[in-house]
Amino acid sequence: MRDLIHFCWGALRGFPSRTLLMLLAMSIGVSSVIILTSLGEGARRYVINEFASLGTNLLIIFPGRSETAGINPSTMMGETPRDLTLGDAQALTRHRNVRRIAPINVGSADVSHGSRSREVVILGASHELLALRHWELSQGRFLPKGDLDRATPVTVIGSKIRDELFGAKQALGEWLRIGDRRFRVIGILASEGRSIGVDVQETVIIPVASAQQMFNTSSLFRILIEVKSREAMEPVKQFVIDTLQHRHQGEKDITAITQDAVLATFDRILSALTYAVGGIAAISLAVAGILIMNVMLVAVSQRTSEIGLLKALGATPNQIITLILTEAVMLSALGATLGVALGELGSLLIRNAFPDIPAYAPGWAIITAVSVALITGLLFSLLPARQAARLDPVQALLKH
Amino acid sequence: MITLKNIHRNFQVGDQLVHALDDVNLTISAGEYLSIMGPSGSGKSTLLNLLGLLDRPSAGSYHLNGRDVTSLSDIEQAQVRNQEIGFVFQMFHLVPRLTAAENVELPLILAGIEPAQRHAQVEAVMQELHISDRSHHKPDQLSGGQRQRVAIARATINQPKILLADEPTGNLDRKSGQDVIHLLEDLNRRGITLIMVTHDAEIGQRAQRQLHMMDGAITHEQSA
Repeated sequence: MRDLIHFCWGALRGFPSRTLLMLLAMSIGVSSVIILTSLGEGARRYVINEFASLGTNLLIIFPGRSETAGINPSTMMGETPRDLTLGDAQALTRHRNVRRIAPINVGSADVSHGSRSREVVILGASHELLALRHWELSQGRFLPKGDLDRATPVTVIGSKIRDELFGAKQALGEWLRIGDRRFRVIGILASEGRSIGVDVQETVIIPVASAQQMFNTSSLFRILIEVKSREAMEPVKQFVIDTLQHRHQGEKDITAITQDAVLATFDRILSALTYAVGGIAAISLAVAGILIMNVMLVAVSQRTSEIGLLKALGATPNQIITLILTEAVMLSALGATLGVALGELGSLLIRNAFPDIPAYAPGWAIITAVSVALITGLLFSLLPARQAARLDPVQALLKH
Repeated sequence: MITLKNIHRNFQVGDQLVHALDDVNLTISAGEYLSIMGPSGSGKSTLLNLLGLLDRPSAGSYHLNGRDVTSLSDIEQAQVRNQEIGFVFQMFHLVPRLTAAENVELPLILAGIEPAQRHAQVEAVMQELHISDRSHHKPDQLSGGQRQRVAIARATINQPKILLADEPTGNLDRKSGQDVIHLLEDLNRRGITLIMVTHDAEIGQRAQRQLHMMDGAITHEQSA
């Protein structure tokens, strides 16, 4: 065995350009599988982390009826037979397993200070939202506690809005015109990043009652409920459905989804995506296998006299086959190792370039890539190996 | 030791059937020194390849040490080549990327012998042939004569009973050619059966038994 490896290693080193070419092809195949799956996996984890940052044990309620297990087109359309009101939200606080409840309203309005103005997504919310979303303030305080019905003229703004409207000037305590009303800035959000489609930095938050007045509506966009424990999710969900059915004259016209359901859907989609890109990258591995076959065929004809000599010295056909196969497997193993190293380097670069995306190649991808490399290397060199074994030693020795 | 009976070897060249060997009968005893001479195309190399089990006859029988070797499987034939027959070629046929010692070692590796024993054997043979100081040189760092010595060391490492030499001096100058011949004759004196193909009459005449071939047949035989 050691002799075999030694001999094949010598043969590989004897033809450096051929060997390098093969290693390159193999390692590109393996590394592309690793890089692409690490991207897919990174995207999946990114999305999952984003959801986790929404707060755990989150129940999301929105108007419009659909099956409550997951997402389907009609839930996205949100066609509303009956409004979800502040009264509904208050009714839901009664359950002992509800920790926080945050009614949300969304609209868009022009926001201005002095001569500067821009259009912004306005979030009508309550005091609870800060803790529920795990946001943090850099200055001031969040919306005040108290009656949801009270339309206090105060606002909390994202850091980008502050920069755009106030520049270097002090924003805290200043008046901000939103639509046709004036609000006093009481807090500035420190958080970055996105949460369900809202860029925290570009948000202006006002009390939900103020938002209802401004947009002239009594309905809510969402009610977010944070449940005390994971086990209590189902009972609370049932309580929400029952309570709101009762309040809506027996109509089941709301949808309550748990974060798990949303997460599971995204997880499925992104896993499928990862498999798909991994599969596409695996094609390049198969191409590398075909390359191995061609190169080994060339290697056999390049070395006919050597193979003929080995036969004259008493090598059996099986020994010749073993020799060629070992050489091919060594090539693929080296190429695969190189490819894993390159792939890991690639995903490291991706992680450096996009720190938000945890681009780590999943273990199955690495194992599959390496074993596919070895198997294709072996399979595709069977033909050249058999050709070498069948070589006529007389002809092989004559050709020199 | 070697008995050939009614050996034929035909090649198909285009639509013509070429009789490379045409009804050859030959008996060789152990320890003989035999030369085969003749013009090119007379079938002498084909005969040698056949004797070395590198080629199979189209018809006829070949008995080696009382065993019919033409009916052996590929694996059995390979074993016979490894253990009982040594080859020396005109072109040396050394593996260029291996050192002299590694080239000599090849038949032992193929026979599956342990490394420690192999190295001792290689060392002994190379010492005997006065090339042990060249054991770590690659073939392209050796002179023609030295290369042929390495090839002879390789051919004899498994202590075969038969040594087949195909124009062993064909690529050598006169001086190293004579060295190689003396070396081969020395091996013959120690009991190996030496069968040598040459078109050089001067070398051929040194053999005790000289075969002359023409058009695939043995025309006459001389004894020294």
